[in-house]
Parts: sequence; structure tokens; C-alpha cells
Amino acid sequence: MRIWLAALAVTVVNWLMKAGGPLLMGERRLPPAAVRIVSLVAPVLLAGLIVTELGGQKLDWTQIGGVGVAGILSLLRVPLLLAAAGGIVLTAGVRLLLG
Amino acid sequence: MMQIHRAGVAEGVRLGLGPAGAAFVLALSFGAEAEARGWGIGLPVLFSALAFSGSAQFTLLTALSGGTVVAAVASAALINARYLVMSVALNDSLHGSRLSRALQAQALVDASFVFAHRNDGRYDVSRLIGASLPQWVLWVLGTAVGALTAPSADLMHRLGLDVVFPAFFLILLLEEVRHSRRALAAALLGGVIAGGLLLVTAPGYALLGATAAALIGLLPDRGSDPDREGAETGKETS
Repeated sequence: MRIWLAALAVTVVNWLMKAGGPLLMGERRLPPAAVRIVSLVAPVLLAGLIVTELGGQKLDWTQIGGVGVAGILSLLRVPLLLAAAGGIVLTAGVRLLLG
Repeated sequence: MMQIHRAGVAEGVRLGLGPAGAAFVLALSFGAEAEARGWGIGLPVLFSALAFSGSAQFTLLTALSGGTVVAAVASAALINARYLVMSVALNDSLHGSRLSRALQAQALVDASFVFAHRNDGRYDVSRLIGASLPQWVLWVLGTAVGALTAPSADLMHRLGLDVVFPAFFLILLLEEVRHSRRALAAALLGGVIAGGLLLVTAPGYALLGATAAALIGLLPDRGSDPDREGAETGKETS
């Protein structure tokens, strides 16, 4: 019961967070400076997600290597899924070799 | 006003397939972990279907094991405070009444938010919703498969599946910063802030703190970035 209530609470809070823009802002428009900030939220968030995913626990060089390879493949214009697959294969391969 | 259009949704669905694959893998480990901690099968699947948020779900799962319910719920809520930032960003681009816009904003997840981001700074809501559809389906499906089959964490590690999410985020980021030096600068600053905060606090707080880097947008826009750089280097060498 305790777990169910906790899950329900998190779900409701999550709905409210996602609805926060319309609920708080209503019909008001953001001023130009705020629009410039807002347009930077996506890249900043992605950078933060990468860092917290890679550094959230103990650093794992095989994981970082695979992610790096996926990034390099993407810069070389390799399509998204193939680039990600390349990184996964590299990491799995290295782990296999290292035992 | 632009309404939700089928072509945009279809485009979003196509874009969302990649992250949906990543979501499936992450959901597998969520389902397996939840089952292992005694959550059963129904609750994790229902939780995934309704909350649709990997970061909050994992946070609650972890925090409930080592603390009080209130602290666990607060941690999970805080880790998702970034959705509030994103929702405010999105508000100008949503359509219809306040309630209708609040419903559209429920499609908000990290990858979809990035896909919906247009070059002019606004957001394409059709694409946002389209991109979230396959991610939601595979997120729920992955949770069910994970809870039912319970693959070991060791197996997932050996298959290199922990690369999936950060690799997708990196590829999306490279696309975001390709045409904007300001976005690149903000991303680098955000990464540094997140890294610094990670040394002293939990990942959720580090992520939230990193969003402060978007305040770079407050700096006045002095025309195109290359000109500014040229002027600065010119001053240094003369």
C-alpha cells in the first residue's frame, strides 16, 4: 500500500510539472530575453543528462568509450540508430575482451 | 494559429523510434529492478503507463528502499522539476484552452522536447506528441517484459546496454549545437555545472542545477557569433 501511494503521488506531481507552463503562465507570452533562455534549455539539458548518466555512479571507461564512438559516428553523418548501435557493439566487445 | 497536424505527428513518430528503442532497454531494467524489490508486475507497468518518466520512476524505486516515503516522493519530484522549466518553454507553442494545453504538455519527455525544438526557438507540438507515442508504447512494454523476464543487471551490462541512453543524448546534442555557437557554449557550461554538482550531490540535483546554464541566453545577442569571435581575436593580436 505504501509503495502504491508513493507511486501515485509521484505520478500526480509529474502531471502537474508537465502542465506547469500552461497552468502558471496562462495566456501570457514570454518576454524576448526569456525566449532566448528557453531556446537554450534543450542543449543544456542534454549536456546535463549525458554528464549525469556517465558520472552518476562510478566512472566506467568502457561505457564512456562507447558513447564517444557513437558521437564520432554521428559527426561523420552516420544515421542515428547505426551510430548508437556502433557504440553499443564497441562497449560490449571491449567488455567481452576484458572478461 | 497552427493546429496539431498529421504530417507533424508522423514525422515525430519517425523521429521517436530511436529513443523508443532506448526507452525499451531502460524500461527493461526498471521492470526487472522493481520486480526484484518486491513491487510485483502490475504496479511497475501501471506506474510506467501513467507517470511515463524514467528519471522519477528510478528515483522513487531507489529512494523508497533506503528512506521514508515523503523523502522518496520529494526526491522523485525534484528530479522532474526540469519538466516545469520545459513546460514553461513550451507554453507559447501549445494550442487551445489552458486545459487543452496542459494535456498536450503531458507528451513532454526529454527526447521529444528536443525533437520538437525548431530553429526559430519555438516548438512543434505535433512533432512532440508524435515522438512521444512510440516512446510511451515501448516504455510500458519494456517495463512489462522486464518485470516478467527479470534479466540480470550483469547481462544488461555485458551487452553494453548502459551505452544506449547517453549515446542517444550525445547524438541529439550534436545535432542541437551544430548550427549555434551559443547553444554549444550553453551546453558546455551545463555539462561543467552538472559535473561539478555531481561531486557534491545526487544526479537529480546536478541535472536541475545544470539548467541554470541556459541563462547564457540573457547575454545580449550581438549579431552573428563568428563576427564577435573575429572582433575579439582581432583585439588580442593587435
